[in-house]
Amino acid sequence: MLSRTAANLFWLSRYVERAENMARLMEMGHRMAMMPAAGQGYRSEWQSVLAAAGFSPTDYIPLAQAEVADYLVFDPANPSSVSNCLEQARNNARAMRTAITADMWDAINSAHMELKKPALRYMVRNNLPEFLDWVKRQGALFRGATDSTVLRNDGYDFLRLGTFLERADNTARLLDVKYYVLLPETSVVGDSRDSYQWTTVLRAVSALRAFHWVYKDNYTPLLIADFLILNPLSPRSLTHCYAGITDHLQRLARHYGRRSSAAAEALETYSILLHGDMEDIFSAGLHDFLSDFLVRNAALSSSIAESYYFGGQ
Amino acid sequence: MMSDDKVREPYQALVEWMEATGPEQLAQKREEAETLFRKIGITFAVYGDGGDPERLIPFDLIPRIFTAAEWRLLKRGVEQRARALNAFLFDVYHNAEIIKAGVIPGELVFNNAAFEPSVIGIDPPGKVYSHIIGVDIVRVSENEFYVLEDNCRTPSGVSYMLENREIMMRMFPELFSQLRIEPVDSYPESLLKTLKSIAPKGCGGDPCIVVLTPGAMNSAYYEHSFLADQMGVELVEGQDLFVENGHVYMRTTRGPARVDVIYRRIDDAYLDPLCFRPDSVLGVPGLMNVYRAGNVAICSAPGAGVADDKAVYTYVPSMIRFYLGEEPILNNVPTYQCAKPDDLQYVLAHLSELVVKEVHGSGGYGMLVGPAASREEIDAYAGRIRANPGEFIAQPTLSLSSCPTFVQSGIAPRHVDLRPFCLVGDKIRLTPGGLTRVALKEGSLVVNSSQGGGVKDTWIMAE
Repeated sequence: MLSRTAANLFWLSRYVERAENMARLMEMGHRMAMMPAAGQGYRSEWQSVLAAAGFSPTDYIPLAQAEVADYLVFDPANPSSVSNCLEQARNNARAMRTAITADMWDAINSAHMELKKPALRYMVRNNLPEFLDWVKRQGALFRGATDSTVLRNDGYDFLRLGTFLERADNTARLLDVKYYVLLPETSVVGDSRDSYQWTTVLRAVSALRAFHWVYKDNYTPLLIADFLILNPLSPRSLTHCYAGITDHLQRLARHYGRRSSAAAEALETYSILLHGDMEDIFSAGLHDFLSDFLVRNAALSSSIAESYYFGGQ
Repeated sequence: MMSDDKVREPYQALVEWMEATGPEQLAQKREEAETLFRKIGITFAVYGDGGDPERLIPFDLIPRIFTAAEWRLLKRGVEQRARALNAFLFDVYHNAEIIKAGVIPGELVFNNAAFEPSVIGIDPPGKVYSHIIGVDIVRVSENEFYVLEDNCRTPSGVSYMLENREIMMRMFPELFSQLRIEPVDSYPESLLKTLKSIAPKGCGGDPCIVVLTPGAMNSAYYEHSFLADQMGVELVEGQDLFVENGHVYMRTTRGPARVDVIYRRIDDAYLDPLCFRPDSVLGVPGLMNVYRAGNVAICSAPGAGVADDKAVYTYVPSMIRFYLGEEPILNNVPTYQCAKPDDLQYVLAHLSELVVKEVHGSGGYGMLVGPAASREEIDAYAGRIRANPGEFIAQPTLSLSSCPTFVQSGIAPRHVDLRPFCLVGDKIRLTPGGLTRVALKEGSLVVNSSQGGGVKDTWIMAE
């Protein structure tokens, strides 16, 4: 497969996943903002959402939900806005129509066309949850089309690598919102607002019920973090994502008869997660753990690009 | 379709069906078709008008129909031209017998901008220089066809031939089960066979074939990706290829992979910055050396454009007689060459009756349609011709046949032309069908998509 095609596939699925996760992040902000003001920690829930999405608070300080939503959904100056993600995804898809199926193209192209309609802009302003559902649905459509139509060759591996890397990044950021909301962390742990916010994290990843099935217990920060970081059953957990990443890197190694340095790096991170203990992580500091993870995850992305000559050889 | 205001026989069933369907439902079908085109992403960018870079070409629901007998005639005529044009190309890059014999003036060939000295003496497999020839044909009466031009470089539009059919079959399945229409979907397979057949001898095993595109910004990008997809070969850009040790390689996730056949959709001038335009970022440095060494096949061969020049076109009937010893089956439109003093004089005196084209022009740009032009336009154009007579040719406006077309006011006749696609490799392959282009403006003779023309499906009825 052409290196350029592999890079395009990898980033195509990353952008689709990023658009969906941007919606999940916003859903979380939307729910948190409905609670009485925290009065401590970050200035507002929406700002913590922006901080978790990777924006420095000095970049842009929108206050009202409508403004933040516009910024996160439509702003062309925001490289991770939903519309920019979908635009990028479509550009990538168009640049390698030969490597994706008609169903995948249809999913991404239809999303792109619909997003341009005034009805959706209206929805962002007046019915944000409905809009966020729409975005999540586009992600589901694309993954569904991928899952049911694409050849199980190396292209599939690059698509899935993009999805898992981006999802791991986003789950870590989503959890980190809690950190930004609740500075200083320890003072309010256990109060009703705190547990509301923790369950909001679960809601954002559509995992409220799954949590019960797994733990059969009350929501506690420790269990919720465990579910999203270490539990391999959770499809958005870091461990699950890394199981996928190592699996697809191994498939590529078999396919090409050559192990990459990326595979070794991924295994190292995977093993940290497999042997991790949630109590240790909490006592050492959740935010530090997540920050370290984000750095590792970004480094892995670069290694994959190098191993498969994304920039040419 | 309508000669003497009668519906020609092959259209009978179609017209009955259209009448039964009614204009409202047809209008609705047309909207459906447009949505489908947009959805699939079949677009055609028009340069330089600041317009939509992903514009749709208007699609007309009413197909153009040829009987089996009509097609037999066209097929023989097109294949005859394809043979003669390739014989000509091989000849001018070797012994130039046709020039020595005084049939074609040498300066027309050797001073031609498309003549490529770097390929003189090269023997491509099967002696074929032009592998895909799109011949533009108009009909002027029942059994009289004229060729407007031969496109020997990289004729585009074949994806429309295929997608138009897909969409028609999706929307009017009952028509296809009722009538016996020749399928066109074998084209990509024929193209792949043709490309395989021109692989360099040394490649061994299954040749590695790629489609070389200038990229997603090119007006015909959809077609490039469509064809690569249909053939199951890589769609590459110049940046994906490089030359090493006398071979062309593409950059893949496994490392370099050797390439044997390049179906290029970029112009000669951009193919190799070391050989042609040094500023080209679309091409592959060193590609021409590999080509000359016989280690890669390029389709169409560099230099093939010398045969589709509008001035050279006037000599195609002579080529057919010279190389094949046959009489031309399809007529040329009588053409005045402004380079000739007598012709020039005639053209300048009759501009209001003629169509004047730039010799190297394409896509309907820069032409004068005399009967439709104002006095000022004609005067201005006359000035351009006088300044550079050699750059222009002129043709009478033909009484083109028209075809029923679905327009704002209902169904009305509009002028059409036809571009069948002829593949030349180890043998000649012609798919029964082609791209019918239609001038959507009433009375207009210009069918080019860049000038607001539309497209139709083309039906060849089975025997």
